[in-house]
Amino acid sequence: MARKQNSLTYEVFKGIWDENPVMVSLLGLCPTLAVTNSALNGLTMSMATGFVLLCSSLMISLLRNLIPSQVRIASYIVIIATFVTVVDRYLAAFDPVQSKALGPYIPLIVVNCVILGRQEAFSAKNNPGRSLLDSFGMTLGFTAVLVILGGIREILGAGAIFNIPIMWDGFNPWMIMILPPGAFFTLGILIALVNLINERRAGR
Amino acid sequence: MNLLLIFIGAALVNNFVLSYFLGICPFVGVSKRISSAVSMGMAVTFVMTITAIVTWLIYHLILVPFQVEILEYVSFILVIASLVQLVEMFIRKISKPLYETLGIYLPLITTNCAILGLALFSVLREYDFIESLIFGLGAGAGFTLALVIMAGIRQDLELANVPKVFQGAGITMIVAGCLALAFMGFAGI
Repeated sequence: MARKQNSLTYEVFKGIWDENPVMVSLLGLCPTLAVTNSALNGLTMSMATGFVLLCSSLMISLLRNLIPSQVRIASYIVIIATFVTVVDRYLAAFDPVQSKALGPYIPLIVVNCVILGRQEAFSAKNNPGRSLLDSFGMTLGFTAVLVILGGIREILGAGAIFNIPIMWDGFNPWMIMILPPGAFFTLGILIALVNLINERRAGR
Repeated sequence: MNLLLIFIGAALVNNFVLSYFLGICPFVGVSKRISSAVSMGMAVTFVMTITAIVTWLIYHLILVPFQVEILEYVSFILVIASLVQLVEMFIRKISKPLYETLGIYLPLITTNCAILGLALFSVLREYDFIESLIFGLGAGAGFTLALVIMAGIRQDLELANVPKVFQGAGITMIVAGCLALAFMGFAGI
């Protein structure tokens, strides 16, 4: 990568490819696999996760000098859990259909390793501006993966995208794609594709 | 009979790892050797069972009477984090060898989504005390089973000729997909 390692644009863009939370660091796999049976679910999930990530990064980088290091993980988790409660209540009030579709996976954002990992690795050591940029980039990367994965599974498994049918009339949906095994297969193939592209780029 | 159904449901039919996708991180990270998979599974089952008991007590004896169910997530995760600490200290005190086997995996359990997922599911399904306990045991058994099967397959995979781009996470996902497919067969029970 030609971009300077510590420039501000790099903080944002590294989240999308170089340090993509799902594809490269293999963090946050539970929500990635569980909710991506449609593109819309993937999008809602990543919006919710992104909100929690941005808010808690801001909060933690502001408080980073006040939190004693012995109790930092517990403090981070309490901050994250608070913002997750906010998102959960918001969704239940304004989008009950999606809230029901995602079920317990919204509260499970609390233990999403992407969020805790970024706090530990980044926000705890950097100023609020930089942490926000980093979280924003990570959110973009996470969103991209969830929407692509959800999109592929929805197109093949239900013949539609964002609930709009796009396949031809005689198309027989592959049920397996919206069931659990489909999630594993699609993610495995996507990871292999990312590896292939990286290899090509490095070889050039 | 109902209890047996809950146990089998949590362990096989709706396996936490392969059909709810909970606890995927240790599933991918730890399941490289059968022996460490067994230790990890034991540690998780242990914490799960205690979590099921304690979160049930907290939810029904504290949160519901005082009408502060909104604090559910904050209190559950704090309970789990402190439980893991407690269990760690307790094991270190009573059994040195067990501590050394489980030692490194214990702190990891706090951020294992299967534990919080278990607490949330038992609230959602309105299980009573005994049912939650059995649900915790079953989920733990299912987690251990998935982890051990996966570790066995991966030990064999080390000798297999896997295409380069699939090596590592890629092939793990494909294998997990096949396992999930196999576990779907239990839905008939």
